[in-house]
Amino acid sequence: MRHVAVIGAGPGGLSAAATALGAGAHVTLVDAAEQPGGQYHRAPAPEFGATRPDRLQHGWRDFAARRDQVLGHSRCTFLPETSVWALEGADGIPVVHVLTGPADGAGRRRRTIEADALVLAVGAHDTMLPFPGWELPGVVTAGAAQALVKGERVAIGEQVVVAGTGPFLLPVAAALLGAGSTVRQVLEANRPGRIAAGWGARPWQLAAQAGKLPELAGYAATLARHRVPVLAGRAVVAARGDGRVEEVVTARLRDDWSAVPGTERTVAVDAVCVGHGFSPQLELPVAAGCALRAEPDGRRFVAVDADLRTSRPGVYAVGELTGIAGAPAARAEGALAGWLAAGGPDRPAVRALRRRVAAGRRFADRLAAAHPIGAGWPGWLRDDTVVCRCEDVRYRALRLAADQDPRVAKLGTRAGMGPCQGRICGPTVAALRSAEAARRRAAAGTAARGGNPHHRPIAQPIRLGELAAAADTEHSEEPS
Amino acid sequence: MSSRAIRPDADVLGRADRPVTILVDGTPVTGIAGQSIAGVLLAAGRTAWRYGPTGGARGVFCGIGVCFDCLLTVNGIPDVRACRRRARDGDVIATQSRAAAPSTVDDNEAGGEPEPPAPATTPSSVDGAR
Ligand SMILES: Cc1cc2nc3c(=O)[nH]c(=O)nc-3n(C[C@H](O)[C@H](O)[C@H](O)COP(=O)(O)OP(=O)(O)OC[C@H]3O[C@@H](n4cnc5c(N)ncnc54)[C@H](O)[C@@H]3O)c2cc1C
Ligand code: FES
Repeated sequence: MRHVAVIGAGPGGLSAAATALGAGAHVTLVDAAEQPGGQYHRAPAPEFGATRPDRLQHGWRDFAARRDQVLGHSRCTFLPETSVWALEGADGIPVVHVLTGPADGAGRRRRTIEADALVLAVGAHDTMLPFPGWELPGVVTAGAAQALVKGERVAIGEQVVVAGTGPFLLPVAAALLGAGSTVRQVLEANRPGRIAAGWGARPWQLAAQAGKLPELAGYAATLARHRVPVLAGRAVVAARGDGRVEEVVTARLRDDWSAVPGTERTVAVDAVCVGHGFSPQLELPVAAGCALRAEPDGRRFVAVDADLRTSRPGVYAVGELTGIAGAPAARAEGALAGWLAAGGPDRPAVRALRRRVAAGRRFADRLAAAHPIGAGWPGWLRDDTVVCRCEDVRYRALRLAADQDPRVAKLGTRAGMGPCQGRICGPTVAALRSAEAARRRAAAGTAARGGNPHHRPIAQPIRLGELAAAADTEHSEEPS
Repeated sequence: MSSRAIRPDADVLGRADRPVTILVDGTPVTGIAGQSIAGVLLAAGRTAWRYGPTGGARGVFCGIGVCFDCLLTVNGIPDVRACRRRARDGDVIATQSRAAAPSTVDDNEAGGEPEPPAPATTPSSVDGAR
């Protein structure tokens, strides 16, 4: 019997587990969280005693049915509260190193999993561009605001501005309204012409194909009912406050996201939620040796074929790792990859899945075209703007180091050397460096050196004591 | 105070809360069982609990364990992500700082006030430094 290890139990990973079980495999499903669901189906904690968990998200019933079917299956081993901190091995299927126990605790249980195929489904995090004051408490990512409402039943503020780019701003605003907050404005940085051109003709058909239409229509209706102004071509270019955010400065943007002077307005807030799209969590795919592909704008994803195979034999990648297209697309990809990873035969149903995966891919392409990040955003920065949050590295220091070798600049400024290891600032620093290098007409190519910014030998923090302790000798979750 | 929990009677989920109480720098803070430590702090209206290298206050930023802005010390173990760690009754929490202790401030505890941020914590975890 084949043994498929699925890393991540969001929409993509849970679907993969379901079809792999359907194809007769033994499945080990691993997630760092205590419950499956990922970012989209973030479930209220059981301790809340919620009688209506279906009220917070679309498709809850289907999700709950799939979850119960997977977790209750005799061939499924679910490992909750289990972080994959490394993938190892140059030949064959990488060995999965996991730690089980409370997040960042000491003395978590260490073990390894060896499988016949691996499905990576670890999702994404918000992309966030810096602006003056973004480090103030009360400034959070759009995803954080959403996660706090869904998972904690907490509203991040009473008077909130939601800003950035992409349709994800709508569910965030709707969730805040549902939490009783006042959403003062929703700001989409891209201008209407760009958005329309990006989506192309009849975007609703595309959204319908990708399974997103009813959901998006629902959020738009909620915002309209609450009379929340949704403004396109405007952004939060600064946050101000004493010890926490008290007001934001918004400005009208040109197509390239440079601010139009004289269009600044201030809005009093006690929280601001910003998201400029999503960045895939590439540590594990990179550790597995999977090739990446670059979008025209430079964003990187795992390169997969039409069957979600990565360049590493036996390793599949699904969901946000392969492109940003939302939960329905992640589910379709997971379903196809899980089935194939388990050695399931090609059938008409599989061909139908391939068509759904292709529809998701088209949706991802248009989404990226309609909501790009404009190259002019560094104009929002001032010399003293924090760029690397962990090490408090300011824009000025980075500019001064722009023509140094990336490694030297990293050591000199400490950008990217703090606890997050460049997860938040890495792409930003790279973009600023190449912009600065271009501005100075420095020798072409210098900004491109410096290796893969997603390479982190250790994907999740592990305490030195845990590293020193031997892994469990039971060694693998071999199917019996 | 502006971050807050959704009132159970106004919650579409139909919650039946049980309280959970943690000790934060010596002060009891009560939240809802099931919340993360970040959730408990935010529900109590507290948005910051860490100080960055140049002294700025920090709290939750990414909400999902990526940014490490929300670190604190839990039951003596430093550098725990508050957004990822479930709050347990009686957890003893200390806020953290990476700021250098201001040289002009006297370090004695006579006042009983929470001390200004302690000096940088020893790194207790490794995370792929190159
Ligand atoms: C904070 C946040 C909130 C979001 N909220 C919404 C929303 O409300 N609505 C919406 O339409 N879209 C939302 N999204 C977008 C969302 O990413 C997709 O809609 C969808 O959830 C993607 O599915 P996925 O299966 O690819 O990944 P995810 O749903 O992200 O699932 C990935 C899973 O992998 C686990 N994982 C990651 N790394 C590891 C590791 N090293 N070891 C073990 N487990 C690991 C995570 O715990 C997670 O459960 C959100 C995104 C973010 C970042
Ligand atoms: S808020 Fe980012 S790690 Fe906790």
